[in-house]
Amino acid sequence: MENHELNNTDDLDEGLELTAADKKRRRKRSIAIAFSLIFLVVLFYLLTILKFGPEIMNKPL
Amino acid sequence: MSTADIEARTEMQALSGSASEHMISQAEPADFFALLKPGVMRLVVFTALVGLVSAAATTGSAQLGPLTAAIALLCIAVGGGAAGALNMWYEADVDQLMKRTAKRPIPAGRVSRHEALAFGLILSVFSVMILGLVSNWLAAGLLAFTIFFYAVIYTMWLKRSTQQNIVIGGAAGAFPPVVAWAAMTGSVGIEPIVLFLIIFMWTPPHFWALALFACQDYERAGIPMMPVVSGDLYTRNQILLYTIALTPVALAPWFLGFGGLTYGILAAGLSVGFLWHAVKVYRDKAASDKNRAAKRMFGYSIVYLFALFGVLLAEAIYKLVV
Repeated sequence: MENHELNNTDDLDEGLELTAADKKRRRKRSIAIAFSLIFLVVLFYLLTILKFGPEIMNKPL
Repeated sequence: MSTADIEARTEMQALSGSASEHMISQAEPADFFALLKPGVMRLVVFTALVGLVSAAATTGSAQLGPLTAAIALLCIAVGGGAAGALNMWYEADVDQLMKRTAKRPIPAGRVSRHEALAFGLILSVFSVMILGLVSNWLAAGLLAFTIFFYAVIYTMWLKRSTQQNIVIGGAAGAFPPVVAWAAMTGSVGIEPIVLFLIIFMWTPPHFWALALFACQDYERAGIPMMPVVSGDLYTRNQILLYTIALTPVALAPWFLGFGGLTYGILAAGLSVGFLWHAVKVYRDKAASDKNRAAKRMFGYSIVYLFALFGVLLAEAIYKLVV
C-alpha cells in the first residue's frame, strides 16, 4: 500500500475501471443533471419575468 | 486492475463506512426519484393543491397567479421529497431489516448514504429558497419547519423513542395545505388549521392499521410502534377512539362554511364508512384471516382522505369558475 496513498487521487483514478453498466448509469445520471440544470435556468428566468410583472415594459429607454 | 489498486479501492470503501458504498455510484436517476418517496409526495401534492385552490376561492385575495401557484406547488412537493430523502438517509439501518423497505435504494445498495444526504439537503435548500422568492417567506419558513420536523423531530427523535411517534410525527404530513395556504394568501387562518387537523387526526388510525399487519417487521427493526409496545388490543382501541375523534374534525369545513353542502354530506357518509371499518378492526381481536379488517381499513383510509380533499378541491374550483 506504500505506493497507493489514499489522498493520491491519480493512483486511484488509474485503478478505476468502469464497466459498461457503470458507464451507462453515469451517462443516465449526467443526462438527468443536465435536464435539471436546464429546468432551473428556465424556472429562474420565468420567476424573474413574473416578479417584474408588466412594469418591466415601462422602463425608460 | 492491479492487486494494489484493488486494495486501495477496498480501503476507500471501508473508510466510507459501508461495504455497499461504492466509489463509483451505482445509482440511476430513478433511484434518486425513489428517495423522494413518490407515494407520500402524491399526498403532499394533492393536499397542497387543495390548500392553494381553497385559499384562492375562500379568501378572494390570491397573491399568486396560475404559473406562480404551480411553481409554489412544485416547491412544496420537492420540499416533501427532500424530507423523504433525509428520512431514508437516517433510516437506512432499519430499512434493511423490514420487508416493506428493504428494496429502497440505500438498503438495496444502489445509492450511498452520502448521496442521499447531499441530495436531501440540496433539495431542501432549493425548495425553501425558491418558495420564498415565488410567494412569501412565511410559506418558506413553514416549509423549512416541515422538513425539519419530519427529518429531525420525527425521524431522528420520535420514531425510535416512543409509541406516540406517528401521532406527533403526523404533524409533518399535515403541514402541506397550511404551507400552500400561506403561499397563496400570505397568512394562516382557521381554514388551513382545520385542513391540518383533518390529516393530523387521520394519520394515527391510518398508520396503526398498517402497523397491525406489519407488526413483525417493526418488531424486527426495533421500532416502538404501538402494536409492538402495547399490543394489538390496545392499538385497536386507539384506532377506534381516534376515528371517532376524527369525525367532527372532518365535518368542520362544512360547519365553518368553506366546505359546501356536498362536502358535508360526503364527509358524513365517508366518516360513517371509516367508523364502520374501525369498529370491524376493534371487533377483530383475534386478528382473524391475517388482519383482513386492518388491511381493509388501511386501504379505505387512503380513499377517505383523498375523497375528502377531492370534494373540497372540486367545490373550490366551482367557486372560482362560477
